[in-house]
Amino acid sequence: MEFLAQIINGLSLGSIYALIALGYTMVYGICKMLNFAHGDIIMVGAYMLSVAMATLHFPPFLAILTSMVVCAALGVIIERVAYKPLRNASPLAVLITAIGVSYFLQSSALLIFGSTQRKVDAAINFPSIQLGELSISGNALITLIVTIILMVGLNWFINNTMTGKAMLAVSEDKGAAQLMGVNVNFTIAITFLIGSALAAVAGVLFISSYKYVGPYTGAMPGIKAFVAAVLGGIGSVPGAMLGGILLGLIESLAKAYISTQLADAIVFGVLIVVLLVKPTGLMGKKITEKV
Amino acid sequence: MKKLLTKKNLAALLLIIAVYALLVACDQFGVFNRQSKALLVPIGINIMLAVSLSLLVGFLGELSLGHAGFMSVGAYAGCMFTIHMDLPMAVELPLAMLIGGVVAGVFGLLIGIPALRLKGDYLAIVTLAFGEIIRSVLNNFSVVGGAGGLNGIPKYSNYTIVYVVMVITIIVIANLVHSRHGRAICSIRDNVIASESMGIPVVYYKLMAFVAAAVFAGIAGVLYGHNLGILKPSTFDFNKSIEILVMVVMGGMGSLPGAVIAAIVITVLPEALRGLSDYRMLIYAVVLIAMMLLNNNARFNEFKQRLFSKRAARQGAKLTKEGE
Amino acid sequence: MALLEVKNLGISFGGLRAVDGFNVNIEKGALYGLIGPNGAGKTTVFNMLTGVYQPTVGTFTLDGENLTGKSTLEIAHKGIARTFQNIRLFAKMTVQDNVKVGLHNHVKYGIASGVFRLPGYFKDEKYLDERAKELLDVFGLYGERDYLASNLPYGKQRKLEIARALATGPKLLLLDEPAAGMNPNETAELMETIHFVRDTFDMTILLIEHDMKLVSGICEEITVLNFGQVLAQGKPSDVLNDPKVIVAYLGE
Repeated sequence: MEFLAQIINGLSLGSIYALIALGYTMVYGICKMLNFAHGDIIMVGAYMLSVAMATLHFPPFLAILTSMVVCAALGVIIERVAYKPLRNASPLAVLITAIGVSYFLQSSALLIFGSTQRKVDAAINFPSIQLGELSISGNALITLIVTIILMVGLNWFINNTMTGKAMLAVSEDKGAAQLMGVNVNFTIAITFLIGSALAAVAGVLFISSYKYVGPYTGAMPGIKAFVAAVLGGIGSVPGAMLGGILLGLIESLAKAYISTQLADAIVFGVLIVVLLVKPTGLMGKKITEKV
Repeated sequence: MKKLLTKKNLAALLLIIAVYALLVACDQFGVFNRQSKALLVPIGINIMLAVSLSLLVGFLGELSLGHAGFMSVGAYAGCMFTIHMDLPMAVELPLAMLIGGVVAGVFGLLIGIPALRLKGDYLAIVTLAFGEIIRSVLNNFSVVGGAGGLNGIPKYSNYTIVYVVMVITIIVIANLVHSRHGRAICSIRDNVIASESMGIPVVYYKLMAFVAAAVFAGIAGVLYGHNLGILKPSTFDFNKSIEILVMVVMGGMGSLPGAVIAAIVITVLPEALRGLSDYRMLIYAVVLIAMMLLNNNARFNEFKQRLFSKRAARQGAKLTKEGE
Repeated sequence: MALLEVKNLGISFGGLRAVDGFNVNIEKGALYGLIGPNGAGKTTVFNMLTGVYQPTVGTFTLDGENLTGKSTLEIAHKGIARTFQNIRLFAKMTVQDNVKVGLHNHVKYGIASGVFRLPGYFKDEKYLDERAKELLDVFGLYGERDYLASNLPYGKQRKLEIARALATGPKLLLLDEPAAGMNPNETAELMETIHFVRDTFDMTILLIEHDMKLVSGICEEITVLNFGQVLAQGKPSDVLNDPKVIVAYLGE
């Protein structure tokens, strides 16, 4: 029974990772850049939720919506100001810029909210469900359900709408997409918008379970989600889902049965082993260079 | 021996001596206050880290996000040695550096192996994962002090020792880069398929670059431990690796003097901004973003080119003349 | 015995036979042409001969030594060097350093000699500089030796690639469309240079072109490839008049 409970925990944690990983993977697919600032969007989302609920006294639903809108706007602004001018620069310059943005968000939060962790009242609070001996956390369950709905929705959006198809086209070949009449700037902005809104949702779900937010709250989930995206094959949406869930499961089980402190090391170890066997992740496309 | 006494080498030698003389003079005549004197050793250590990472990122062309990992294994290995040995410093410290370097080198080899199979961002994430694994293992390893840190390391490092080791590091890496081995490493960066077709043993050189970079990072770590007297796993986190990477990128990829200057600036900058307390990180972040944007701004580059155009034109003229 | 003997070489990509039953014997000192329309499989042949692709069937030997299944590196060491259709220079290295990478295995000084500037370093580097000068002079590139390879004009980049391949000291030189993108004057000049290289370095050259006229001008013997199969083989004058070849190029 305890094993089953751990699995549910893992699935819930994993779906948060998956939501964040989606943002990494979408941005990577389209701009071929590792957006290291993405993790910090979660932190911004969590702070926004707290401000909306505690200071502005918004009802939970409206607070969540506010958080999503703010994060989406922030994502688009970051892209415009920091990444757009670097679209043709070396990947390394973009990476360093993204890290700069990450530091910027962290230190801004530090200045505005201070270094002490802030308690956030849960926006989502569902009672546990009792199945015989097994008690399933309502929040874990809702996290899982929300993630699945968003995932399915996103997949549908990418494959069935014009904007979604434009995203696929831009990720294949920016130049050709532009020649075919795709508005590349708009498509990239939409990608950041969706990715950041998903990160805000992840932030809300994350904070519902962990209760506290500080300026560096986003860093570790950000790195883990990044690992999840790579594990699944960066650039692949189903890969991000799979990678996130796997990572959450491994982490929960490692914490329960091996060692709490070494759980992170085990997660990263699994990543290295998987990449050695499948160098482009579980669902990543194999790229062969034409000679 | 005659060949070593070229104008360029003499100039370099003079520079090395002059900088050291300046350091001693400033120290003797009380130009340095306590804070700025305390910065000298970290500057030297950061230069060693930046120059060694430059070999990987700038010359081999592989992105590494785990350089702090190499630094930490070297630091812990070397410092464990001095803690448990009871030898005079003149014997102990060089041996510690040797041990730190060798242990880090072994880890460099281990991380170099995935580098043979993985490319670009995938390799970057593996190096990141490696750094995090090291940190979390050190955190839970009571023999080396765990999260509380490794205490009681004799404070052997001073600016003279660090300066000497740093100069040796720079010379070794610069000479390596300007040898047939360095050319082979650069050719892998520029085009690995062509490199292999020209008979360059790519596997060997990739591993060699990883080992060499790790060895020097390890030695830098040993000096770091002997400077502070304590090692904490949290020092060697992802942010430390990024800091070293920023030095390499800001210095200009594949430029050793650039890496040295950037290492100095990035070590001194936070200290210089200390008065601004909480705004320090914010300013650092803004400077970082602004630097990257400026470096990739067409108009700024044009301006830079115009600034250097006289020099370029002179060189061009010289070359065509020789070509005729 | 011919220098290069290729027997029944073939490769499939996921069920598609890209090259099938490729046979050729190239004598030492020959200047041999491999021609055919776009997509005929010429570059694939080169990729098999240099270990970039592993052939599905067949064998090839160089100087009597079987090199089938060997890696790119081993084949390079055994003496096959090549250029690439889409130029693959070491773009951020100087022209001279590009050639010196080709010369890498001609000197043996170790890491210690390089790092500590032992006498071996100076002796070997001097030798490399001299050899690089010889090669660059052949292609008229010595004046540009300190330029970055990426800053050379297109035609000179192609020449530099040949110089770099020659620098490895190969027994067999494979040139993949060396005249691609050049104007007729540049092409004519390049063909002369290739002839010159063959004569002065006593080199055996296999070159790919799809311009038949051009190849017939300098090659003693040619093979025509079409849809992965050998269409005709022999002296240029015979091959070019072969009705099958004319159909392949011009249609019925």
